[in-house]
Amino acid sequence: MSSLALFAVVLVYLALLFLVAHLAEKKRSKRWVNNPYIYALSLAVYCTAWTYYGSIGVAATSGLNYLPIYIGPIMIIPAWIYINTRIVRISRINKISSLADFISLRYGNSRSFSAIITVVCLLAIVPYIGLQIKAISETFHLVTETSISNNILTDNATFVVILIALFSSYYGTRYVDASEKRLGIISAIALESFLKLFFIIILGIFVIYFVFDGFSDIYEKASKFEDFKEKNTFKGIEDAMNWMVLCMISATAICILPRQFHTAIIENRQEKHIKTAIWFFPLYLLIFTVFIFPIAWGGRLIFDGEKVNPEFYSILIPQHFDNTLITVFVFLGGLSSCISMIIISAITLSIMLSNNLIIPYGLLGKFKSDNEIQNTRNITNIRKFSIFALIIMAFVFYKFFILKTSLDSVGLISFVVIAQLAPSFFGAIFWRRGSYKGAVAGLLAGLAICYFGLIIPQYYFSYNQEFKGVVREIYDVFGFFNISFLSRIPEIFFWSTLVNTSLFTIISVSVKGNYRERNFAELYVDIDKHILNHENAFVWRGTAYVSDIKNILERFLGKKKTEQALRIFNLKYNIDSKTETADSRFIKFSENLLAGRIGTASAKILIEGVTKEDKISLKEVLNILEESKENITLNKKLTEQSEELQKLSNDLRKANENLIVKDRQKDDFLDSVAHELRTPITAIRSAGEILADDDDIPTDIKQEFLNNIITESDRLSEIINDILYLDKLEHGEIALNIKENNILETYKKALNPLLHLIQQKNIHLSEVNLLNQTVFEYDEARMIQLFQNILGNALKFTDDQGTIQTKLAEKADHLIITIFNTGQHIPEEDLEMIFDKFYQSKNQNILKPTGSGLGLAISKKIVQAHSGNIKAENSGLGVTFTISIPYSITKNEVEQNQ
Amino acid sequence: MRKIIIADDEHKILMSLEYSFKKNGYDVYIARDGTEVLDFLKTMVPDVILLDIMMPNLDGYSTLEAMKEDERMEDTKVIFLSAKNNPKDIEKGLKMGADAYVTKPYSIKKLMQQIEEMFG
Repeated sequence: MSSLALFAVVLVYLALLFLVAHLAEKKRSKRWVNNPYIYALSLAVYCTAWTYYGSIGVAATSGLNYLPIYIGPIMIIPAWIYINTRIVRISRINKISSLADFISLRYGNSRSFSAIITVVCLLAIVPYIGLQIKAISETFHLVTETSISNNILTDNATFVVILIALFSSYYGTRYVDASEKRLGIISAIALESFLKLFFIIILGIFVIYFVFDGFSDIYEKASKFEDFKEKNTFKGIEDAMNWMVLCMISATAICILPRQFHTAIIENRQEKHIKTAIWFFPLYLLIFTVFIFPIAWGGRLIFDGEKVNPEFYSILIPQHFDNTLITVFVFLGGLSSCISMIIISAITLSIMLSNNLIIPYGLLGKFKSDNEIQNTRNITNIRKFSIFALIIMAFVFYKFFILKTSLDSVGLISFVVIAQLAPSFFGAIFWRRGSYKGAVAGLLAGLAICYFGLIIPQYYFSYNQEFKGVVREIYDVFGFFNISFLSRIPEIFFWSTLVNTSLFTIISVSVKGNYRERNFAELYVDIDKHILNHENAFVWRGTAYVSDIKNILERFLGKKKTEQALRIFNLKYNIDSKTETADSRFIKFSENLLAGRIGTASAKILIEGVTKEDKISLKEVLNILEESKENITLNKKLTEQSEELQKLSNDLRKANENLIVKDRQKDDFLDSVAHELRTPITAIRSAGEILADDDDIPTDIKQEFLNNIITESDRLSEIINDILYLDKLEHGEIALNIKENNILETYKKALNPLLHLIQQKNIHLSEVNLLNQTVFEYDEARMIQLFQNILGNALKFTDDQGTIQTKLAEKADHLIITIFNTGQHIPEEDLEMIFDKFYQSKNQNILKPTGSGLGLAISKKIVQAHSGNIKAENSGLGVTFTISIPYSITKNEVEQNQ
Repeated sequence: MRKIIIADDEHKILMSLEYSFKKNGYDVYIARDGTEVLDFLKTMVPDVILLDIMMPNLDGYSTLEAMKEDERMEDTKVIFLSAKNNPKDIEKGLKMGADAYVTKPYSIKKLMQQIEEMFG
């Protein structure tokens, strides 16, 4: 493929990234931008050229050692739910924008410590960026089959690197507050992570199924190599130890690498996204790993004996088979790996460089100008310049130091150097006693060991062979420290972290700490206690004026934003806006406002410039913290109590509302009962009046009136009985007499008294028996009443010559009885309510109901007492009542009803 | 002879009213609900109508409303005869234009007197 064509492809690809970044910035609130998968994919910035190309080389030349860079993270990521959740909280409330800020703030917010950490990161990461540039350049020439040009101006990699630098500085410095979320960049990174996985899957499938005949074919052929077994098994304890240490290095790196810290912590938008990441990201790595083995050994089978770099098998294989499409795909996958690493690393390093080195050590005075716009422009310009400077430094490093070294070793050295931050990093969130002095001493000692043990031999020897002999002799003096079963990198990792951790621990416990670092130790370790009112936990005593601090804030935030921030602060702590002196809470609040823009150390220096702080002893700090802790507990208790009261008052209100409803229902019920009673009384009274007043009333009419008095009196007592009975059922005063009975016989007993009425109306009555058994447990007397109520009801509503049909069946341990009648449909909205006596009285106050309206309410109570349920439905030509009663009525229910 | 329509769905109440009014010389027509009352009104103009309020199909209030649209009924006396003795219901009945509202249980004698007084 020609250079020009490939360059065009790269341009299109970068344009796509610009587009995605642009769209994501524009649609910040949209679901496709703000979701946990974008976050989880952005973490895959971990997979750089080293993982993409380098691990294939390792798998082919030194076997299983390619696995630790995947296994290490997979091992530690589940712990993120605990570790990273806390770090995210700490960073959010302290406006932390970089790894250096995070560690140095904990150890007393020291300018020097944050500068040292920045230097460590530069030392570790710049060569690593160089490594990515090297990969871009080499693969570019490999795909275009051209040789690497020594002239920077004719090297295509130069132009690609410049484009990346432009992209990063444009999208990486859009916000002056470094703790802001960079959605555009993160979305572009997530897309790249997706693409690199996608391309490696395509290549893997191509190698396994098109070049070879499946995975087993590769395995079978590769196992004929003499060194196959040796490379794919552990050579005893020695290999296993090396392997384990390498896993530890990667596990540390995934937490501390600046780019990982940035994507996982600073760019975390919601804590719950971590939950998705802890399964999604390991899965991503596992899929990646699956394809390394077949590509590596497939490559060896194809290129056995030829002089090619196994790190680039992934490009060489499709190229060997003249498959340009897959070759370009693989190249773009590699390019993605490199670009995302360069972008995120450059952004994070530029934030550190500007906030922790350039601004606090050189340009803080420059920000004296009152012009917020000018200051903002200065800060972003410094970051833009830093990004460019870093990428150029990396480019230079690549050209002069790592031209000849493998991707793998440069990557691992970076990891070991970065791992020196581990003791102070993990100590920050777990150990209160850890101190600034211990952390710095440990870090410097660890760095020295890395420098002499790894950096000099790796870079210096490879650059200048002549000195090799002399320096080697000096090195021999330290032969004592050689560990025979560890190879070079694990050995140096072991010694450096051992010395580092030991110094950190010993100095921390033996030297008295500074009050400020102890203050932040409490804030970090007990983050959950302080998360709501963290400004309260900041200890500060001295003289400071709100107006002075406000002046500083205005220089960086502008007048409007400063006023707004102060309003929020005063509201939060209920402070009068006319207060002139600043307290510790205001100092911390203001430092936070500045921290995102110029870093925590510079923020502290600026605020210190206008305040006069009194010395506080460590003992006093501990006392104050203890008090503040007690306050928090007290506050918590009070809040809980007030919440309880609130709940109680809500409950009371609900109970009261309920009572009002119940009261109205009671009135309605009484109203309806009174109405019901007055009808027979009227009939009795009228008949009585006529009989009393009228002497010449004919005998047959007289007889009829007397009969009326008797039947209406019966009706009256029936209504009264129904009411009393329903009341007893409701209050569970009637004991059920549960026995085994034959349901068919019970039905007959209920039906017999009604038969002549049914015959009178010429109603067609039928029964369908679908039962396998006929004996069930129930209270027979109640069941007879239930049948009579429902049948009586059906009888009332069914016209002459209509139909009533009863069906008995079993379904899922329940006896099911349906009684259908061809009466008028019940209005849909009343279907559930017809069993409710109160509801009836409300809705039937105009149209006359047929019957007292208590029969169905009683029926429902009887069914409920049997743990069953009853419902009515309009079906076809009439209405169906369905009763369902369980085979075994729970004893509990029965007892309750007793 | 005065014509009276008695509308109630309770057979036993109707019986005593029918007997008493017939005995007092009224021409009595019996209706089981509002629709039957309206049917009668198509062919006749009664002097008095006794209306129960809660009846199937068409209630007393609606029956009165329908009647009011008929000019022929101007002189017809309407008396509600109901077990609903709520002041609200009584007020509603009288506002709708009923000449009297008698609550159940009532004295037939007094009811008769009341009607006689209406005709002066």
